Amino acid sequence: MKILVCMKQVPQKDAPLKLNESGTWIREDVSYEVNEPDAFALEESLRQKEKHGGEVVVITSGPARAQQVLREALAKGADRAIHLEDNAFVGLDAFNTARAFAAAIKDEQFDLIFTGLQSDDYGYAQTGVVLAELLGWPHATIIMHIEKNDAGIRVKRELEAGYFQYVDMPLPAVLTIQSGINKLRYATLIGIKQAKNKPLRKVTLAEVQSAIGANLQKIERLYVPQKTKNTEFLEGPPAEVAKKLVDKLRNEVRVL
Amino acid sequence: MSDTILVVVEQREGKLSRVSWETITAGQALAADTGWTLEAAVVGSGVAGFAGEVAGKKLAKVYAIESPKLEPYTPDAFAAALKQFLSSHPAKLVLMPHTYQVRDFIPKLATAMGRTAISDCIGYKKDGDKLLFTRQMFQGKLAADVSFTSDAPWFVTFQNGAYRADKVEAGASAAPVETVNVEIADGVVRNKPQEVFKEAKQAVDLTQAEIIVAVGRGIKEQKNIDIAKQLADALGGDLAASRPICDSGWLPMDRQIGSSGQTVAPKLYLALGISGAIQHIVGMKGARTIIAVNKDAEAPIFEIADFAVVGNLFDIVPPLIEEVKKAKAGT
Repeated sequence: MKILVCMKQVPQKDAPLKLNESGTWIREDVSYEVNEPDAFALEESLRQKEKHGGEVVVITSGPARAQQVLREALAKGADRAIHLEDNAFVGLDAFNTARAFAAAIKDEQFDLIFTGLQSDDYGYAQTGVVLAELLGWPHATIIMHIEKNDAGIRVKRELEAGYFQYVDMPLPAVLTIQSGINKLRYATLIGIKQAKNKPLRKVTLAEVQSAIGANLQKIERLYVPQKTKNTEFLEGPPAEVAKKLVDKLRNEVRVL
Repeated sequence: MSDTILVVVEQREGKLSRVSWETITAGQALAADTGWTLEAAVVGSGVAGFAGEVAGKKLAKVYAIESPKLEPYTPDAFAAALKQFLSSHPAKLVLMPHTYQVRDFIPKLATAMGRTAISDCIGYKKDGDKLLFTRQMFQGKLAADVSFTSDAPWFVTFQNGAYRADKVEAGASAAPVETVNVEIADGVVRNKPQEVFKEAKQAVDLTQAEIIVAVGRGIKEQKNIDIAKQLADALGGDLAASRPICDSGWLPMDRQIGSSGQTVAPKLYLALGISGAIQHIVGMKGARTIIAVNKDAEAPIFEIADFAVVGNLFDIVPPLIEEVKKAKAGT
C-alpha cells in the first residue's frame, strides 16, 4: 500500500506562547514539535507498510523549521518526504491547506492518506476530511484500528462515550487517526543516518498558488482567554500548601 | 425575507442528544441578536417524531430531512442530504453541535458547497454587523475571534457545554413541521458501517462519583500513579485520568475522563499534572469544585480551577495525603 501521511509542526505542549504585535498569531520564537496525533498516524502507516509492503510518504507545509517533522519521520522509516515550504502556509485555513496538499500530490497514486484527527494549534479537525472531499475519496474519522481486506479496508471508528463502530470502505480513502491507536517507535541511529539520503521534495508557494484562493475564514483577534472563574492560588512550601488545601476541603468544599 | 439560521440537531439511538438542545439555545441567542429567523432540522430516516419534539421550542419551523439512505449514519449520505436541502432552503448560518458525528461530515459538506466551517466554537460576538465566533486555540491556552470571509451559508459548530440545554426557550405554540424527502443516488454512499458497540462493559461508572482524583501526563511514570491512588483512597474518592494516561495503558480506558471517555460532575475534581486540553475539560468542567496541581503556571486547567497550586505534584501530594488522613482521623 502506498500511504501519504499529513503531518504538522505545532508549538510544544508546555511552551509559553506570546502574541505577535497585531494580536492575530503567536510569535514564532517558540519550540516546536510534531502534532501528537500525526505521530500516531505516521506510526500506523509504518505498521501497515510492514504488513503489506508499499511506500510511506510524509508531507507537511510551513517554513523551513517544519522540515524537522519530516526528518524525524524519515528517520523512523518513512521513504520520502514532501515539504510545502513557505511562511504563508502557516496562515492558510483548512480548506486552502487541503487544496495546496491536493495540488502537491496530483501526480501521485496513493491508496491511503492519513492525518492526525486534529492539530494541537488550530484544533479545527477538518483538513483530512476536506482533502478527502477535494479528491473525491471516501473518508472515516477518529480511527483506532485499520485492517486491509480484499474489498478495501475495515476501520474501527471511535465514537463518543466509549462507543465504537467498524466501517468497511473502499480504497483509496482518507483516514484521520486517533492518538493511542498504536505504540510509537523511536528513531534508531541507523534510521537517523539513512534519513539523510532519503528524498525530500520541496514545493514552493508559487507551484501551488493557482490551486489555492483567499481564506474563507479569518482570525480577527487572538488573545489570552478571560478567566471565567475566580481562581484562588495557594502558595507556600508543600507542607503549608497541603494544610491550606485540607482547610479548603473541609471548610469550603466540605468533603472532609 | 429575513435571513435564516438553521440548527441541525443530532439524534442517536432514539434520543436527541443534549448538545442538540444547547445548539438550539445558541441559535435562539443569535436569532435575538441578529433578527434572523431560526429554524431547525433533524436528518435521518423516520425522524418526524424527533422533529415534533424539537418543534416545542421557540423556532419558526422544523424540518425532517428524510431518506432511507440516511440510516445508518454515513458522512456521504449526510453531506449529500444537507447539501440538497440547503440548495432549496438557503440559510445564512448553519449551526451544529461539535460531536464526533458532526466532525465527521461537516468539513465535507462545507467543502462540497465551496464553503467553510468554523468548528468547536464556545461563543460568538456581534461586532457591528459582523459576527465573530470564539474558539479555543493551542489547546485552550489562547482564544480567537474568527469571522467568515466567504459567502453564506456559514457553518458553525459549538462545543459541548458552550451553551446550556436547560436555557432553551419553549415556543408559545408548536412550530410547524415539514418533511423534506431528499434523493440520494445509488453509489453516493461508499462506507458500510457496522453496528455500534461498547468495547467492554464499563467496569467503573465515574459519573456517580462524588470525589475524583485525576492524573495526567505530569505523573510521568506508571509507578507514580500509586501516590494519586493513595490520595484518592484517603479522600474516599475514585481515581481517573486524562487520555494520554489510558493510551499508555497506565490505567484502564474506563477511567478516562473527556470527550472520548466519561463526562463527570463530582463535588470535587482534583487534577494532578493535567494540563487541561479541551478534550479533557469538556468531560469535567461541570465539577462543583476543581482543584488543580500543575507545575506549568500557564496550564489551561487553571482557567477553570477554583483552587490552584503551581508546583510539583510529587512535592505536594505526599504531605497532602498525610494531612487528609490526619483530618479524617481527628474529626
